[in-house]
This record gives sequence, C-alpha cells and structure tokens, in this order.
Amino acid sequence: MSADQQTGISAARAALAGMAAEPGVAKPDPILTATGVRRAFGGLVAVDVEHLEVQRGSITALIGPNGAGKTTYFNLLTGFDRPSSGEWNFNGRKANRMRSYQVAQAGMVRTFQLTKALTRMSVMDNMLIGASSQLGERMWAGLFPPLWKRQEAANREKALVLLERFKLIDKREHYAGELSGGQRKLLEMARALMLDPKMVMLDEPMAGVNPALKQSLLEHIKGLREEGMTVLFVEHDMDMVHEIADWVAVMAAGQLITEGTPDQISADPRVIDAYLGAHHDAAQR
Amino acid sequence: MDWQFVFSQALTQAIGPTMLVYALGAIGLNLQFGYTGLLNFGQAAFAAMGAYGLALAVVSFGLPFWWGIAIGLVAAVVMALLLGIPTLRLRADYLAIVTIAAAEIVRRLARATVWSDTTGGSDGMRGFSEPFFAMNPWPEEGNWSFLFISMEHGRLTVDLGIVDFQYSNRDLWIMTVGWGLIAVILVVMGLLVHSPWGRVLKGIREDEEAVRSLGKNVFAYKMQALVFGGIIGAIAGFVFALSRANVQPDTFTTDFTFYFYVVLILGGAARLFGPVLGAALFWFLYNLIAQGLNQAIRSDVIPPSVLDATQVGPLVFFLLGLGMVLLLIFRPQGLIGNRKELMLDVR
Repeated sequence: MSADQQTGISAARAALAGMAAEPGVAKPDPILTATGVRRAFGGLVAVDVEHLEVQRGSITALIGPNGAGKTTYFNLLTGFDRPSSGEWNFNGRKANRMRSYQVAQAGMVRTFQLTKALTRMSVMDNMLIGASSQLGERMWAGLFPPLWKRQEAANREKALVLLERFKLIDKREHYAGELSGGQRKLLEMARALMLDPKMVMLDEPMAGVNPALKQSLLEHIKGLREEGMTVLFVEHDMDMVHEIADWVAVMAAGQLITEGTPDQISADPRVIDAYLGAHHDAAQR
Repeated sequence: MDWQFVFSQALTQAIGPTMLVYALGAIGLNLQFGYTGLLNFGQAAFAAMGAYGLALAVVSFGLPFWWGIAIGLVAAVVMALLLGIPTLRLRADYLAIVTIAAAEIVRRLARATVWSDTTGGSDGMRGFSEPFFAMNPWPEEGNWSFLFISMEHGRLTVDLGIVDFQYSNRDLWIMTVGWGLIAVILVVMGLLVHSPWGRVLKGIREDEEAVRSLGKNVFAYKMQALVFGGIIGAIAGFVFALSRANVQPDTFTTDFTFYFYVVLILGGAARLFGPVLGAALFWFLYNLIAQGLNQAIRSDVIPPSVLDATQVGPLVFFLLGLGMVLLLIFRPQGLIGNRKELMLDVR
C-alpha cells in the first residue's frame, strides 16, 4: 500500500477516533446528515431514526439483525422509498424531496442487495449506461450521432479502465446475464463508479459472494475510500465489518441503537442483545 | 387446383396494403414492448386515434386532409400522455390493464349512438380518402409494359413466370406511401435504438430500478417511448383507414392489437426489421392457408362433408393459433430474434 493510501485510512480513522459511542453523535465533517427519518407501513413503524451523520471519506457500516429496517432506511436515503417524515442533507443539499434518479445525479449512488445487472445487455453497455449527463440520451440528440460520438468514446475509455480494475475486461462483450453472481456484484460496483459518485451506498455487498471473491470485493471497497469516496454499506457479517469499517451504526427494531468504532461496537452489550434477542425480551417485559 | 393462383395471391398480399398496416402497428409496439418493455395492449386505440382523427376532421368538420393527419397525430400523443401519466410510475402490469381498457372505451365511444350523426356510430365513416387518392401519381388508365412488368387500365402486373403480383393503382399509391413511411420510420428508429437514448430504453426493459439508480429519469424515457410508439400506431391507423377508404369502430377491437403482437413476436422483438418480416410472413401465411383451402374446396380436393367454404375463416385462425404456439415452443425468438439473448432470462 502506498503512503497516500495509508494516510487516507488514517485520516478517516483519526477523524472519528475519540468520538462518543452514542447514537446520533455529531461528526467533524459529515457528508450526510439525516434527522427524524421515519417510515411507517400502516401501524408498523419500520424505521424511526432520530439522527445520523456519516463522516465524509469514511467507510461506515450499517448493521443490525434481520428486520431491523436497514434496507428500508437505505431505500429512504436514496429516494427509492418516501419517508412518513424526516429530512436529510447530502453534501450540503437538501435531499429528502429528491427522486431516486436525482439522488444519483447529486452523487449518491447505490447498489442492490439482489444484484441488478442488465442481463440482456453487454457488460460494456451496462457500464456505458452508467455515465452521467450524456447528450446522446436525449431523444432528439440520439438522431444525430456526430453530436455524441466523442462523449461516447470518452465514456468507453473510462469504462475500459474500470473494467480492467474490476477484472471484467475479458467479459466486456458478453451479456451481463452470462456473468456469475460475484462478477455481477463487481459489475454493479464498477457501473456505479461510472457516475463519479461522492458517496457509494452498498446494500449487502457480500450477500451470496464466495469467500475467494469476498477478499477482492473488500479491497475494492477500500479502494473507493482511498479515492476519496464515502461508503455506507449494509452488512450482516461482523468479521467483514470489523475488517473494513471505520465507523459502525447499529439498528434494531427500526431505531439506531448505537454507533461507534468497530472495536467499541463489538464490546457493546446492547449490540449483542440486539442480535441475540435480549432487546426484544426486554421490550416485552 | 391452381397452386399458382394461391401463391400469387398470398405473395401479392404479403407486401400489400394490409400487411403495411400490421407492419407499422408492430413497429410502434416494437419500440414500446420490444425495446422498452412497456406492455401496451391498446395499440388498436392508437390506430383508431389516427383513423378517426383523420375521418372526423375531414368528413364531420370539413377540414383539409393535412389537418386531419395533424389531428390524428395529436390525438395519439394526447392519448399516450393520458394513459402514461397515471400508470408509468407504477408496475408494468398497470399499463397493460389501463391500455386494454382504454382501447375498448375508445371503440365503444366510436360506435355509441349518442353522436352517431357525427361519427357514424357502428357504420363508421367514409368519404375522407378522396383528397389522398387525388394525389395518386399512378394513372388510372395507364397502359405500358417493360420486360415482365406491365400495366393495363391502371392495374400493375409483375409476372415472374411461376408467380405474379397484381395491384390496382389505388393499392400502388397506398403501397408507395406505406413503404416510404416504413423506410423513414425504420431509419429514425435505427438511429434511436443504437444511440445512448436507446440504450437507456433497453436498460429500462431489463430493470428500471437499476436504471433509476444510475440517475436516469425513467418515467420520462418511458413516456417518450409510449408517445413515439403511439404516433407510429396512429400512422398505421391512417394507412388502414385510407386503404379501406372507410373507418369502422369494430375493426379496432383488441384482436387488432393482438395481431400486432403476433406479427412482432413472429418477426422477432427488439429487432429493427422484425415487425416488417413478421407482418409479411403473417399475412402471407394467412392468405396462403385461406386461399389454399378455398381452392381445395372449389376443386373438390376437400369434399364439402369435411369442410365447406364458410368454415374456412375460423379454421385459418385455428391453424395460425396453432402455428403461434409451435413457434413459441420451438423458435421463441421469432424469425430474426436472438435466441441466446432470450434464454438469458431463464435461470
């Protein structure tokens, strides 16, 4: 690892060191600040998170037992679901009224728990569709190839670099549907990078990925931080969280129960309770 | 039994006016269904917008022919917007439900007795095609011949020996315009579907959530596809109305839409030339079977006790339906579709 990358890691870690391990704690330089985000389905409150800040340039993990509302919270922040109430700022812009595609254009790009490769399109087309502000994507301009040929060529160059990095270069003319599950995860991540995002939201990036690929996926996620991106990811696997996360937020029963560094979180009895169910027993008592 | 007559008839029809209507309607569907994945089950209503827009404008309101064309196109755009705004944000099936219902509403409105003084009710309208045929460059009394092509009293015969093609001068004018329109529309479509715009449409067909997550306004793209496909449907309606020189509400049933789908699937969806090849093959087979059976009955190859002439119509549709089922089993990609691409969905 180069010295640069080392400083990248230590910068994120250092900024977060010594912060109080309590839910909703203020960060020195938050890229995302969400307050009072609540989502109710009828009488069931799926998400009710008082306050969360995500430190710029960090890898933050969002963990919690099944049904804790992690993915719902994720969907709300990325505009794929509408909150019952709450507001949030992304990179200095009010984001709670934005539609999903506007959130992506603003620089917050997500992936999905069940990978969404565009199966009957080539890997290259999967990448190219990710590029932002393409003139040729306007209907009228589509009729005049000379208007967008140069932009297209530039996007293609960029896609080739990314495909090389994610080891998909040999597959570029294959249909995305021919890729293995793990390769689709890689493709989805590479495709997200075509948008030059400021923040990448990964919904269970490790779900259904074999151990060999897991390691390379981890390196890729670290790579995002080293390039200055902020990463927020949902995950079950505590080992993985421990390995790459700078900061961990824990959700249970729709609420944010605690935050902290991975070490603080592993030692926190509330987290163990949440996972093992003591929390629910306590609530019933 | 006159096989030459049967094949000549079938081939004549395979590139004739009616086939052009199917081809155009299916080209519109191809953009919506083949490329974007929109289930428009109301293409007949878009054709009706074109046909009735033209007929009402010219016959009932006495407007010039070109105004009628403009009104038909605007009506199709308005209909696409009306159907699309409430449904395109919802799941794909809602568009299907709404379009199939809307198509029936349009047909019922057209045949309603309340305003039958204006629309002609279930009898429909005629008398709007004269300005179109007045522009016909093919002379009514042309007489010439060149190699194997000859024209007698405005009737063109292309005699290839084994088979011959015959068209009246009115058919020729419809075909000139119809094939011209198909050529122009296919060039435009070809540019569009191979552009980044077309790539977004295909992405939406595959997974619209994914495309949304990449910062594309999916609703706007779907609306553009619905409107443009609807406009092509209205053009099919113009050709249909003009080739028959009348409009009748009951020709715009859901069957009409389903023929467009048959043509599209037969030719190969999401292939530029799929609808044209599909329409030619569909209409060729239809005429081949119908004419073949009629000839067989007339020359007593099939005795009347087995099949009489009135049963030919239903039997043709039965056979075409059977053929469609076999096609879906053995060649689901259609004539020129990509089987590999189609099979990717099956995991």
